[in-house]
Amino acid sequence: MTQEKKKQIKSDNFKFPKAVTGIKGLDDITDGGIPKNRTTMLLGGAGCGKTIFAMEFLVNGITDFNEPGVFLSFEEKTSELVTNSKSLDYNLDKLTRQNKLYLENLQIDRYAILKAGTYDLEGLFIRLEQAINKVKAKRVVLDSLDALFFGLDSFILRSEFKRLLSWLKEKQVTAIVTAEIGDGQFTRHGLEEHVADCVMILSNRVTNQIATRRIRIVKYRGSIHGNNEYPFVIDENGIAVFPLVSEAVQQKSGSIRISSGNKDLDEMLGKKGFYAGSSILISGTAGTGKTSIAASFAYSVCSNKKRCLFCAFEEAPNQVIRNINSIGFHLAPLVKSGLLSFYYSRPTLQNLELHFIAIKKIINEFKPSVVILDPITNLMTEGPNSDIRSMLTRFVDFLKTQDITVFFTAAITVGSIERNPSDEGISSMVDTWMMVQDIEVDAERTRSLCVMKSRGMVHSNQVKRFMISNKGIALGSIAENNNSSSAVVKRSLKEHANLSTSKESIGLKETIR
Amino acid sequence: MAQKNLKKEKSKVVTAGGDKETYVLRLFITGMLPNSVRAVKNIKAICEQHLKGRYQLEIIDIYQQPSLTITENIIAVPVLIKKYPLPEERVIGDLSDTKLVLKELHLD
Repeated sequence: MTQEKKKQIKSDNFKFPKAVTGIKGLDDITDGGIPKNRTTMLLGGAGCGKTIFAMEFLVNGITDFNEPGVFLSFEEKTSELVTNSKSLDYNLDKLTRQNKLYLENLQIDRYAILKAGTYDLEGLFIRLEQAINKVKAKRVVLDSLDALFFGLDSFILRSEFKRLLSWLKEKQVTAIVTAEIGDGQFTRHGLEEHVADCVMILSNRVTNQIATRRIRIVKYRGSIHGNNEYPFVIDENGIAVFPLVSEAVQQKSGSIRISSGNKDLDEMLGKKGFYAGSSILISGTAGTGKTSIAASFAYSVCSNKKRCLFCAFEEAPNQVIRNINSIGFHLAPLVKSGLLSFYYSRPTLQNLELHFIAIKKIINEFKPSVVILDPITNLMTEGPNSDIRSMLTRFVDFLKTQDITVFFTAAITVGSIERNPSDEGISSMVDTWMMVQDIEVDAERTRSLCVMKSRGMVHSNQVKRFMISNKGIALGSIAENNNSSSAVVKRSLKEHANLSTSKESIGLKETIR
Repeated sequence: MAQKNLKKEKSKVVTAGGDKETYVLRLFITGMLPNSVRAVKNIKAICEQHLKGRYQLEIIDIYQQPSLTITENIIAVPVLIKKYPLPEERVIGDLSDTKLVLKELHLD
């Protein structure tokens, strides 16, 4: 086949028919939803969120796409389903009254069924047909297959399941069938996944005592799809899947500058301060004044009548306010005026995704121009590093698309700077990176500050002396304060002395000659 | 021929008195599918042999009365439901396993 012909065939632009699930992120990784008028298997262990996933698919179909739905439950009673879904803000009663949703519970009394000879599941088909006709359903959920399989012969059920899938296709409905995940094979009975057109697996794994839900598309006939495992969360707003691609990398890169809250620091940063909408990291060991710098930045932002969200993962907001008061920044009035808002949470309370979800939610309501995370390293303990990196990248991308300046602080341990200066790898993804350190000058601990990198501006390479007093923070030269005794002066004097002695010795040699 | 029989059966409820309890049975079938035809044949034979004169047998085609699938909670068909004597019990399948059917009907 010639290249041209190939191109022609490709450019026919066939679009695989898909049913948009309306689940945040899932439509991205499936490239537009699950196969339309076909059946998708949703597999997972207990407590993975299969029922909620399926329910959200139905409810979204009704509310967003005007596609009525049928939910056949083999496990939960309809009243239980209605009650359980209330916690997700779904009013199933209302949808049922509007004849948009049909819930039915098929009780399979496991022990009261005796089998005397061959049978089929025509009863199920008839019930399903009635249900579909009743609401003119376009979407169907069967939850779950295992309850059905448990009481009945798997041999008969397999052939009946195949028949059900082709029957559903004929009925032109998009279906989700849930099933428990088995050992080795995907499903307990080991056949269903071969028959279905699309198979997704949900899991809920615990790493470092923190549970993370994940979704993976195992199979999708006739369509490209993301292959990875993607984290997802279930909160009061329903389900949200987080593919890396979903936060579009369409970042605005403006040239507006925002003051760091300190004149001297602005001076070091190309005389103007940070870029608005950039990401800033300040790292340093304990007690070097990271929070003070963050607070000074927050204070300056709020003083310019802009909103700032301070996410504290170490100290409670009241404690931050009290401590920052002692260096001359009064944050309490700013909180009162609504310019400053705090988010406080123990890192171990929930996994990283949920933290970010919570913060995102506040951001959407509060619309800050600056977000401060203090310290980001406390979140780092919760989960494997690679997870955190991708999570943080996504979060930073999200903030950038919103044109929000983000300011992280990172606590690093003594000595780790030499071994691994790119603490946890986050310094490579930020735009501006500053380091605060304790250095020893004449048997005295001195705070120092330097700018390690700052993209898109000429920044100072100097290590500055960094002072915290009750009047705020100030930067100065390390040499100027202690004049003759300072390390720099001493070194230069020594150098000078060395030079002069060598000159003298040369001179001496010359005279000897 | 078979269809005729079935139609007759549907309208006819066999009632008979006796010393022992009268059995009330309902057989739910799906039209003329092979399993259903066999089930009708089998249950009739069992009733005539073991419950002669003391049974009510109602044969219901769920294609004709689909709403009964919900009220009677029917999934697998054919299904035989023993309504009386209590407790209500059900046997699914074409009822070819006579021994099991008799056991379930407490006629063994």
